[in-house]
Amino acid sequence: MVVDERRFSKTHEWIVIESDIAVVGITDFAQESLGDITYIELPEVGAEFEQGAEFGVIESVKAASDLYAPVGGRVCEVNSELAKTPEIINHDPFGEGWMIKIKNFNAAELGSLLDTDAYEAQINSEA
Amino acid sequence: MSYVANTDAQRQEMLERCGVQNISQLFDGIPRSLAPHSFDVPPPKSEQEVVALFDDLAGRNYAHLTTFIGGGFYDHYIPSAVDAIASRSEFYTAYTPYQPEISQGTLQAIYEYQSHMCRLTGMEVSNASLYDGGTALAEACQMAIHATNRDRIVVDGGVNPVYRKMLDCYTANLSISFTEIPVTRGQSDRDHLLAELDENTAAVILQNPNFFGVVDNHSDIVEACHARGILVVQSVYPTAMALLKPPGEIGVDIVTGEGQSLGIPLSFGGPYLGFMTTTRSLVRKMPGRLVGRTTDRNGKESFVLTLQAREQHIRRSKATSNICTNQALCALRAHIYLCLLGRSGLRDLAKLCYAKTCYAKSRFRAIPGVDVMESSPTFNEFTIRVPIDAGDLAGLLVERGIAPGLPLGRFYPGMQNYLLVAVTEKRTKYDIGTFAEEMESLLRQ
Repeated sequence: MVVDERRFSKTHEWIVIESDIAVVGITDFAQESLGDITYIELPEVGAEFEQGAEFGVIESVKAASDLYAPVGGRVCEVNSELAKTPEIINHDPFGEGWMIKIKNFNAAELGSLLDTDAYEAQINSEA
Repeated sequence: MSYVANTDAQRQEMLERCGVQNISQLFDGIPRSLAPHSFDVPPPKSEQEVVALFDDLAGRNYAHLTTFIGGGFYDHYIPSAVDAIASRSEFYTAYTPYQPEISQGTLQAIYEYQSHMCRLTGMEVSNASLYDGGTALAEACQMAIHATNRDRIVVDGGVNPVYRKMLDCYTANLSISFTEIPVTRGQSDRDHLLAELDENTAAVILQNPNFFGVVDNHSDIVEACHARGILVVQSVYPTAMALLKPPGEIGVDIVTGEGQSLGIPLSFGGPYLGFMTTTRSLVRKMPGRLVGRTTDRNGKESFVLTLQAREQHIRRSKATSNICTNQALCALRAHIYLCLLGRSGLRDLAKLCYAKTCYAKSRFRAIPGVDVMESSPTFNEFTIRVPIDAGDLAGLLVERGIAPGLPLGRFYPGMQNYLLVAVTEKRTKYDIGTFAEEMESLLRQ
């Protein structure tokens, strides 16, 4: 299931813009492939990343994967609920399972991301 | 009798299939300049000759000496039951078994070993062990670097100089910078150490008791470090932990050490036992194997390797460490040893070491020209200053059947006259008295 106004990275992060803030998480496809998520390591507020840089690590019963920033910028909020209950990401990857909010991002970088159709085409080819 | 399983005919057949004439052609890819000219292997010997040869070599060891050498490795008594239990065929392997279906006994033993190490150090989690005390310390440095995203390590000069050399070697190709803070009068130099801390400092490395045998309360250093987001790594002597305040109680973040004193015989180069314990919050940065307790689908208690996503076979190049095994047999020995002694037994043992050390100090104090370094309390090891070169004195005492300790000149420039003396429960009052008398008579000459 993919929601319309979002943009997607090839590495299965989603991003949605809420006025001047970008909210980032991982897709339903990503949580499904990972299986039961057991742990997540997120950056601290204030950390700065370039587009494509690792901003965290997610671990499931099957694997551990790096999380990549879909756009560059500065982290202004981190979903602290996930530290205690990472399974939220399994239950609601596009909502309660958001991971970080980014400020001061470069809007031009959004252009390199996939829209819903392109991302669905990618996951269909991977599946 | 030849142990080569295949016949000449089979070898010929294999060579033909490979399309070569003879075995040496298989090595044609190696440039002639790099190939050995001859292997120079001596002619074969009979079993009897081999035994005689090794008896002769073993006889050249000075195994008869009454030893007072420590410096990180100690001559403690090993109960016979350690050998008897560790060499049972159900246990006897140096490998870490990772298939819970067939390895419950070994996994349970490792889990219990981990529990011992947590209790001994007062920490929340222990890994399944590492190679030795020095490499465990180097792994702790890398762990601190990963946990803090900083790249500088401040090392107290009281950390075993052998370990400090291992740190340099182990991390030579990593971007870690080390700053060493010399000790003053055998103790951590607080002012100097704290002044060196900056925003790039990932961790401070301390040792307790330190290399000079000095027992220190590092809680002031821990406090100062934590105020600046710096981790504290403490290398400890596990036997001493039975008497001293455990590092967990003063807030140390990573504890490492050499487990040889826990039922592992002294030998040149090991195998020894590195241990590492830490806090729950750092467990995912910890290297090495980790055994956890769980229940199987029938609700029965069982043991498995856990948190493996840290490790190389899953995390590949981003693993916390290259370590993907443990020192299973030595960890098993430590576990058996600690079970045999028990909590009160280990404490009695530590008290005995301490009491004998006090006695040794009192004997040395009475020798004219010998100074016992008295600035701080010690456990079972202490430093003395002698009026001649400590290496020369050691050589003379070895001729009289006593290995008096570790001369410090080779580790610390300017300390040619200093000797590090260790006393374990194996040294009798008579041994200590003989040592003191022989030293006094040598120094009088």
